[in-house]
Amino acid sequence: MPIDPLFFWAFAALTLGGALLTITLRSAVHCAIALIASLAGVAGLYLLQKAEFLFAVQIVLYIGGIMVLFLFVIMLVNLDAAARERQFHKRWWAGLAATLATGALLIYYLAKGASGLRAAPMPAQPAGNTEQLSDLLFSEYLLPFELVSLLLLVAIVGSVIMAKKRIV
Amino acid sequence: MSQFYTSTDHFVLLPALLLAMFGCAVLLFDFWIFPQEQLRKHLIWFVALGEAFTAIALFRQYSFLNEHGGELVAFNGALVIDGFALFFHWLFLAATLIVALISYRYLEVREEHHGEYYGILMLAQCGMFFLASGTDLVTMFVGLELMAVSFYILVGFLRTDKRSNEAALKYLLLGAFSSGFLAYGFSLLYGMAGSTRLRDVATAVAARDLKDPILLMAIGTVSVGLFFKVSAVPFHMWAPDAYEGAPTSVTAFLSVGSKAASFALLIRLFTALGAARSVWEPVLAGVAVLSLTIGNFAAVTQTNTKRLLAYSSISHAGYMLLGLVAGNDRGLQGMLVYLLVYTFMNLGAFLVIIALNQKDVAGEDVADLGGLIHRNPGYALLMLVFLLSLAGIPPTAGFIGKYYIFMALVEAKMYFLAVIAALYVAVAVFYYFRMVRSMFVEKQEHAGPLTTSFGMRAALVVTGLATLVVGLYPEPFVRLAQTSLMR
Amino acid sequence: MPDFSLPAAVPISWYLILSAVLFTLGIAGFLLRRSIITVFMSIELMLNAVNLTFVTFSYKLKAVDGHIFTFFVMVVAAAEAAVGLAIILTVFRNRSTLEIDEVNSLKL
Repeated sequence: MPIDPLFFWAFAALTLGGALLTITLRSAVHCAIALIASLAGVAGLYLLQKAEFLFAVQIVLYIGGIMVLFLFVIMLVNLDAAARERQFHKRWWAGLAATLATGALLIYYLAKGASGLRAAPMPAQPAGNTEQLSDLLFSEYLLPFELVSLLLLVAIVGSVIMAKKRIV
Repeated sequence: MSQFYTSTDHFVLLPALLLAMFGCAVLLFDFWIFPQEQLRKHLIWFVALGEAFTAIALFRQYSFLNEHGGELVAFNGALVIDGFALFFHWLFLAATLIVALISYRYLEVREEHHGEYYGILMLAQCGMFFLASGTDLVTMFVGLELMAVSFYILVGFLRTDKRSNEAALKYLLLGAFSSGFLAYGFSLLYGMAGSTRLRDVATAVAARDLKDPILLMAIGTVSVGLFFKVSAVPFHMWAPDAYEGAPTSVTAFLSVGSKAASFALLIRLFTALGAARSVWEPVLAGVAVLSLTIGNFAAVTQTNTKRLLAYSSISHAGYMLLGLVAGNDRGLQGMLVYLLVYTFMNLGAFLVIIALNQKDVAGEDVADLGGLIHRNPGYALLMLVFLLSLAGIPPTAGFIGKYYIFMALVEAKMYFLAVIAALYVAVAVFYYFRMVRSMFVEKQEHAGPLTTSFGMRAALVVTGLATLVVGLYPEPFVRLAQTSLMR
Repeated sequence: MPDFSLPAAVPISWYLILSAVLFTLGIAGFLLRRSIITVFMSIELMLNAVNLTFVTFSYKLKAVDGHIFTFFVMVVAAAEAAVGLAIILTVFRNRSTLEIDEVNSLKL
């Protein structure tokens, strides 16, 4: 009994179910929790595809960092009034049409193009995922790695400027 | 394993390193030696010093390329310095310096003059560096985000102004949305090529069947992301809002710096996808014509000058895309010349709008230009030059840019597109003329002198001279664009 | 340690289609929802779809470059979220609504 497809279906259901709830639920807090479920599902899919490091980063950074930030902001701003009103745009039909068109195109083409794809055979002695990743990150991808530190600096300075009431 | 951070790597990276260093230094010195409000404008000297060092580094790269020819590849093919990249680096440098010069007085009047502004300005320029020089999908993506995040903050820099907040929010949401598309396209490109280097992507695309669904999807999603970034129709809706709400100095930077950098990225990516030209060329032509149509006709009814210039910049994006559609050397050359003149004339036009801004006058209506000729003849005459140039009337620089695009289209035997592009000049003349009429015929709305400063006058002289000189004596600049494209 | 997984059991195309569906759901949320916070969450869904595609192609190619891109996308998402939420706070402080079609002192 192959066990991978079972896990795949379970995680896929978690991912898509969470995503669906995220875009349909009324309360922002519920949306955030549904999104966390969806992200956890994606993390599981990473594990199925032997990306252990990303699995850990997904949990720590995405769920532990970004989503907590979201929840913070939801708590800070009062959204009760918003939850009682309409959830969708007045021109929802235009958005829906655009979404359906894009989605149909994407899925149709990918299904057509991806059916022939097969995973390459495993190398005989694969190095650990994290080990391989760190090797590459600090050699081949050293430049973007350093560049990202600038991006984070800008983000920090920017959010302080934005959120602070008075800058000296 | 190959060696990393060699002296070549350092030489190629140096301008970006200097920009990052001076950007961080500005952030540091801001609270250290410039706590007093009235001294803060001297931070501009820091920016100027940083740009001077960057210019030296760029000049050394330029003379190296002159001597040895070809291109300098660094970081295992993740970064490249060639004529094309250098052309854009000079353009970014000029744009950033001019924007810094015109900013301080404006920010003082709006009472949001903080040193961080200049730091983020330079870090945004650093991000642009990687858009023009990057040849690796990861580097390009991170560089793009560095620029974009800097711009989100700059657009919302007037924190107590509701319109600035909303502009930042809209720009951020649509920017992140388009980045999602671009990243999805990158993931498909990576899946095809098995590498993130642009040259491997180009090889993989060339080896593919043009009907390959994954290739089509990759081209589609990458194009959507890029069209958002250069604000081409139908992905332009963020531009008028972001342009109107942002501080005017940032609007100026957004309309030239961000646009030029996005075009550099667009040219690099579409060149890498060159083997699939027959797929994207019709799409690009359609988007260009739509941009010309919507941009020009929507500009006619605008009463806010910043919105008007936003729509006009959408139509300028349409003209530049036509250069890529033509697909010959003259087309690319035309794009570079167009970007060069567009940078100066657009900065100049925004500069005059900034001068109209006073403590209790937004100065952003076409009517606010009323009687400018009596109020300050110098500014009015230079504004006339900028507007004529934006419309593409000879003997100004704007004519040269459009001329090369038309020539490229005629050479490529795309007469239909050339005729359409020429016809829209008439519409453009109509709405730019409304501003001219307001300046020269209508009566003065506001009393009092214009808001000016030393930096603004200097920037006005530079942009005005550039617009006139390129128009009257275009040969050296055309040759510059030509040599930039020789590989 | 015995290897329980059968790599060939789940076809690559399943993962790719799943990520396309996830991306589409993200677009749907972005285009349809009015609450800005939820619109922002939809962007996170889109970025996760991107990441899933990268990891899948990495799995197919048996190379970790895609993992690296995913890592960078995550960092970018974090930076965007920090700045975006700070901007949302500013908007809220100045006008106390977070409905996207009420944030329109700019003409649409």
